[in-house]
Amino acid sequence: MSRFPELTALALAALIATPAAAQMGLGREATPEEVAAWDIDVRPDGLGLPEGSGDVATGEGLYVEKCAVCHGDFGEAVGRWPVLAGGEGTLDRKDPVKTVGSYWPYLSTVWDYVHRAMPFTEGRSLTGDETYAITAYLLYLNDLVDEDFELSRETFLEVEMPNADGFFVDDRDAVEVAEFSKPPCMSACKAETTVTRHATVIDVTPDDDGAETSETEAPVETAAVPAPAAAAPEAPAGPDPELVAAGEKVFAKCKACHQVGEGAQNRTGPILNGTVGAPAAHIDGFKYSRAMTEAAEGGLVWTEETLDAFLEKPKAVIPRTKMSFAGLRKAEDREAIIAYLQSLGD
Amino acid sequence: MSDDSDKGPSRRGFLGAMAAGGALAAGGARAASDPLITEVQPWNQLLGEGVDETPYGLPIRFESDVVRRDVPWLTADPISSVNFTPIHALEGTITPQGCAFERHHAGAIELAKPDYRLMINGLVDRQMVFTYADLERFPRETHVYFMECAANSGMEWAGAQLNGCQFTQGMIHNMEYVGVPVRLLLEEAGVKPEGKWVLAEGADAAGMTRSIPLEKMLDDCLVAFKANGEALRKEHGYPARLVVPGWEGNMWVKWLRRLEVGDEPWEQREETSKYTDVMADGSARKWTWVMDAKSVITSPSPQAPITHGKGPLVITGLAWSGRGTIRRVDVTTDGGITWHEARLSGPSFSKALHRFHFDVDWDGSEMILQSRAIDDTGYVQPTKDQLRAFRGENSIYHNNGIQTWLVMPDGRVENVEIS
Ligand code: HEC
Ligand code: HEC
Repeated sequence: MSRFPELTALALAALIATPAAAQMGLGREATPEEVAAWDIDVRPDGLGLPEGSGDVATGEGLYVEKCAVCHGDFGEAVGRWPVLAGGEGTLDRKDPVKTVGSYWPYLSTVWDYVHRAMPFTEGRSLTGDETYAITAYLLYLNDLVDEDFELSRETFLEVEMPNADGFFVDDRDAVEVAEFSKPPCMSACKAETTVTRHATVIDVTPDDDGAETSETEAPVETAAVPAPAAAAPEAPAGPDPELVAAGEKVFAKCKACHQVGEGAQNRTGPILNGTVGAPAAHIDGFKYSRAMTEAAEGGLVWTEETLDAFLEKPKAVIPRTKMSFAGLRKAEDREAIIAYLQSLGD
Repeated sequence: MSDDSDKGPSRRGFLGAMAAGGALAAGGARAASDPLITEVQPWNQLLGEGVDETPYGLPIRFESDVVRRDVPWLTADPISSVNFTPIHALEGTITPQGCAFERHHAGAIELAKPDYRLMINGLVDRQMVFTYADLERFPRETHVYFMECAANSGMEWAGAQLNGCQFTQGMIHNMEYVGVPVRLLLEEAGVKPEGKWVLAEGADAAGMTRSIPLEKMLDDCLVAFKANGEALRKEHGYPARLVVPGWEGNMWVKWLRRLEVGDEPWEQREETSKYTDVMADGSARKWTWVMDAKSVITSPSPQAPITHGKGPLVITGLAWSGRGTIRRVDVTTDGGITWHEARLSGPSFSKALHRFHFDVDWDGSEMILQSRAIDDTGYVQPTKDQLRAFRGENSIYHNNGIQTWLVMPDGRVENVEIS
């Protein structure tokens, strides 16, 4: 790197020559446990990988349970969530499909990212072995390994990523900058100017109220939004406002998938207006899982009790629900969120 | 304001035009008396709000449209999404924090100062932990820097798409930061001679990570805790973020919690899957950190049409370069046949937004407006077609091409491309 020649040579020299000179005596030494807790990054050469392993079959189960709701059963993605598989041979076409298989140069990046940031609503919840298994499954979805493959720290470096050689280091300075540094023309630069493209032709600009005026993009699953309760009067038996406020905070855990309030739309999960007291699966236009529809046909109604149980451990109440959410362990969180949902009316 | 003396033909042309046409309008028909002047108004008579009515003031309600906005269909979800600074409605160079664009990968978190820890680990003599209070005891520096998302104008690669300067160029802000040079923190830990790279990591659920060359970190990076005189906003990384002057916004890790020194880059998701630029042949440039020189006319623009008819018109815009200061900005009103030097007004800091003004006497006919920045290395902002010739249309990132606004006789403005 020769971008900061003088300054950095000096700074580097100072730093290396007199390591102790500039110390201020601030801060303290980190303990090995602290470093281990935070330093979870993995490099292309495998540095940082823990002991462990996981195979494709195990990964499939985990993926279906924890990832498919957003990324699709085959990595094809639901709605606009990221696509994780496919796209080979598209990089030089219009709108390339960049996936783990078609684009990512290093396997370490998959392991590291899934381990640190996924599933989206619960980062850092996967164990090392789970991450090995899910990573193996992502490779399988991209036809990069066989179905009996097991990924481990040992087999890690054997995997070849198809686009490993697809990247080159920024060469703008060498390739473009000279061309873009010629003295610019000031007058009689061209004979005439004609407009060749208009933005309004493909107008996708949000209106002032933030609503979408797209003519090219279909709106994302706009559901029949239940009309807001006519000026919901301050019902004397309404939920405790403090609890409601606490519940609104807890709702941060649900927001990735659910919308509430006026103008709410079905997203990964259904609108949650008017849930409390309503039968399960009552939102029109949302594609519930078979399991949820069957539970509704069986008479499941969202009372405070059933919601409490469902939110504590969704899969314990409806084993094959497609809500991939581990649950709210704390009873007070569940109480708060139920109060919040109650406060929304329908 | 050092540099707003008469400059270039535009200024003189404008003054001349004013002398001729302006006098006519003013001295012509006698206007009816204005009741706002002749009648006592409520605000002349009734008392206003007392002090402390709003202990922390917000913009007056008449400005309620000057807000960040997003383009909902761009991303799957507002938690991992981006919105845009209303640059079409701002002036000067500093972006107020409250309307400076946001980009989160896992939402804006609340991290309190007492809970803040910054770790330095890896190839250092002593792996260290600093508290927020420790950060406040290191010598500080004050600098103004722009911060631009590498994907700013990314939707415009294949042609004009979004009708609004806020949406086409609004992934940028410019703030005055106060922070501790990363160099001082690294010196405290003592970088080992093998150290070449630093991994910066955020404390949010995205665990945002970027590999940054040690040279850059030692050169001018800051761990900033104040912006525009006050604490950082939650959405910009309170209580402390990394500032990487002139380089793409994604590297400015928010809620910075760790700096790891290593001998090789980590090739994290945000430097492989994202923030790499696909060329026409399908190969991809990586480590495209520097933001090239760029400018845009912020008004008139589609969200800021001309409402006053012909006559004196202020054309205003922003220019910046990740390589240094802006030496000059040229403006054309005829789609690039003739260019005029605009007036730079306000401070000129390296790697910071510059404001330019170009005053014209609009005759009410169609205009094709463009601006072109030239930085102090001599780099001239290219046209979009010049960029496409090198890069194709799929690179998403680093679109610093010249923006074109078509101004119609009725004052409406449209985002277009020209031959
Ligand atoms: C609630 C929806 C959701 C769930 C569930 C989810 N993800 Fe994601 N995933 C996302 C979002 C959103 C992003 C992009 C985040 C960002 O903007 O930084 C993402 C990004 C990714 C990426 C990077 C994609 C790219 O091209 O850069 C991978 C890989 C990934 N997820 C894997 C997983 C795995 C494995 C699981 C299950 C363990 C999972 N995700 C569960 C929403 C989800
Ligand atoms: C990863 C996405 C995701 C997250 C996070 C999530 N949900 Fe869900 N939720 C869903 C999906 C998908 C369904 C539909 C389930 C089905 O059809 O099996 C659902 C269904 C529900 C239902 C039943 C609604 C009905 O109409 O019958 C309730 C209630 C609910 N979620 C509440 C919550 C709450 C409260 C939270 C936060 C604590 C939460 N969810 C978090 C995806 C999610």
